[in-house]
Amino acid sequence: MSRSRAREVLLALALLAPSLILFGVFIFYPLGRAVYLGRYRGTSDNLRYVGWEQFRNVWESNEFHDAMITTVQFALITVPIGLVLGVGLAVLADSYIRGIGIFRTIFSSTVATSVAVASLMWLLLFQPSVGILADALPFDVFTEPGVLNDEDTALWAVSVTTIWSNLGFTFIIVTAALQSIPVDLYESSALDGARSWMRFTNVTVPMLGPTLLFVTVVLTIRAFQAFGEFDLLTGGGPGNATTTMTYLIYGNNSLIRNDLGLQSASAVLLFLFLLVLSIVQFRGLERRVHYGA
Amino acid sequence: MAGVRLNNVTKQFGDVTAVDSLLLDIGDQEFLVLLGPSGCGKSTVLRMIAGLEQPTEGEIWIGERCVNDIAPRDRDVAMVFQSYALYPHKSVQANIEFPLKARGVPKGERANAAREAAAILGLVDFLHRKPAALSGGQRQRVALARAIVRQPEVFAMDEPLSNLDAKLRGETRAELISLHQRLEATIVYVTHDQVEAMTMGTRVAVLDKGLLQQVGPPQEVYDRPANTFVAQFLGAPAMNMFPPGLLEPGNHLVGVRPEHLTIDGVGPVAARVTLVESLGHEALLTCVTAGELTVIARIPSDEAQPKEGDAVFLDAPLHRRHRFDVVTGRRVAP
Repeated sequence: MSRSRAREVLLALALLAPSLILFGVFIFYPLGRAVYLGRYRGTSDNLRYVGWEQFRNVWESNEFHDAMITTVQFALITVPIGLVLGVGLAVLADSYIRGIGIFRTIFSSTVATSVAVASLMWLLLFQPSVGILADALPFDVFTEPGVLNDEDTALWAVSVTTIWSNLGFTFIIVTAALQSIPVDLYESSALDGARSWMRFTNVTVPMLGPTLLFVTVVLTIRAFQAFGEFDLLTGGGPGNATTTMTYLIYGNNSLIRNDLGLQSASAVLLFLFLLVLSIVQFRGLERRVHYGA
Repeated sequence: MAGVRLNNVTKQFGDVTAVDSLLLDIGDQEFLVLLGPSGCGKSTVLRMIAGLEQPTEGEIWIGERCVNDIAPRDRDVAMVFQSYALYPHKSVQANIEFPLKARGVPKGERANAAREAAAILGLVDFLHRKPAALSGGQRQRVALARAIVRQPEVFAMDEPLSNLDAKLRGETRAELISLHQRLEATIVYVTHDQVEAMTMGTRVAVLDKGLLQQVGPPQEVYDRPANTFVAQFLGAPAMNMFPPGLLEPGNHLVGVRPEHLTIDGVGPVAARVTLVESLGHEALLTCVTAGELTVIARIPSDEAQPKEGDAVFLDAPLHRRHRFDVVTGRRVAP
């Protein structure tokens, strides 16, 4: 390596150092530590080595399978519904009518609401004895034992909370993207003879492509990482009805809550699963997405 | 095809009057150029014809129909936008086909029509490309192909050449003229470029501040401008305007085009040459009179040219002088 080249590499490393240090401390080290701990069993003060075999054992365990299925179900409920609602509200609010700013503020407000606050709010709404929904809606499902305590409805109830919490994020991102679509395209398509639905499918959706891909990937990752709402609303129950991957790893009621090794192995497997899923999403959806002018 | 009639059309945006009581008849198969500076209301007129803006007052007729309450899609007007407004995610073929698809034309039929339109505009080799992979001129032709494929009654073109370089603009200008002859189409064409107005239009309508200043064949508008605005807007460099009494006795403004000014040394207006711009086939002389009036003269390059700092005497043949009312700016004689 020539002297000038060596100097360039040193300079590059120096410039990269701040982000490398941050990534190293908060991402790479914890990830490496999780991989390391994944080969042990027991608590932090009493670890015993079991080897790489543990990753396969966890992958093949019923608990991991059940949690993975619950997580996938949760993602399949929250991502498409959240996306459709977010895009729908953004399209409705993307008009120049008096007072629309108030609606935009309302629709985007959930982005400023923490998971804890949102969960407590919905916990009260879902309460079968004092909750507003039980009084206001004529459905038996909201009365005792309540949607959060019924195995058939608990996951849907938590999903409603998550969809509501994510709505502000989707709304803001899609609204910004909508405002960057040239008006000429809508005018041109109107003159070409396209009615509103055709304009939506032939102009709006394709022009939102990169944004929708981004939001889909982010919502999917959020769904797989959701923890707070499960911890506060259901504690993984009733039974295992809402024990997702993250709850299995961190939850107070989790079967493996006292085993650092099993928790770490599950976390690493979740990471790998999400990594593959994100690559598949990008590869699969990117072909349908148009970037640039 | 059909003619277009704007009957006392006014358009207001809040307190601003963009178009004021416009009365204009555009004949069937005519190529009418709406000419004027930025903000004069010409694009608003075009957008009202297309249905993208609603007139505040007045009626718009296309053929035998008053289209005020008719949606853009049902007016049978195709528009070519300044930005071309091509769908970036669709191929050239899909872009051209789109108006037919929107009208429910069967797939095979619209593919044939798109091919025909592409052939007219020399786009057959680019049908599978996306707009991003085309040059500015090719994109402009795709926009034209998309407009002609549905054979509309009226074409509305909003400065479609303004994004092209000078050479391509010249070529496309010629293509549009021949396309007009070939399609026998009614075209309403908006531009601020007087060369386009002079060369393309069968008639030119000059607008300023929302008001129609003059309408007529380009040469007639150039030769007999109706007022000082038209006189100075059409022609580059602009017509020189002499205050009353300077070039001739009387109380009128006297306008003389640069090419009609003479610098023979016996004229009534003494001036000094401050700048000589040689353009190859001609030269532009910027002169300043004793009263600090700046005047531009255009002289052929084979004539003897004064140098910067030389004293000259300006004159113009009587039949090349345009006289305008000092107060109203309107043409008064001949």
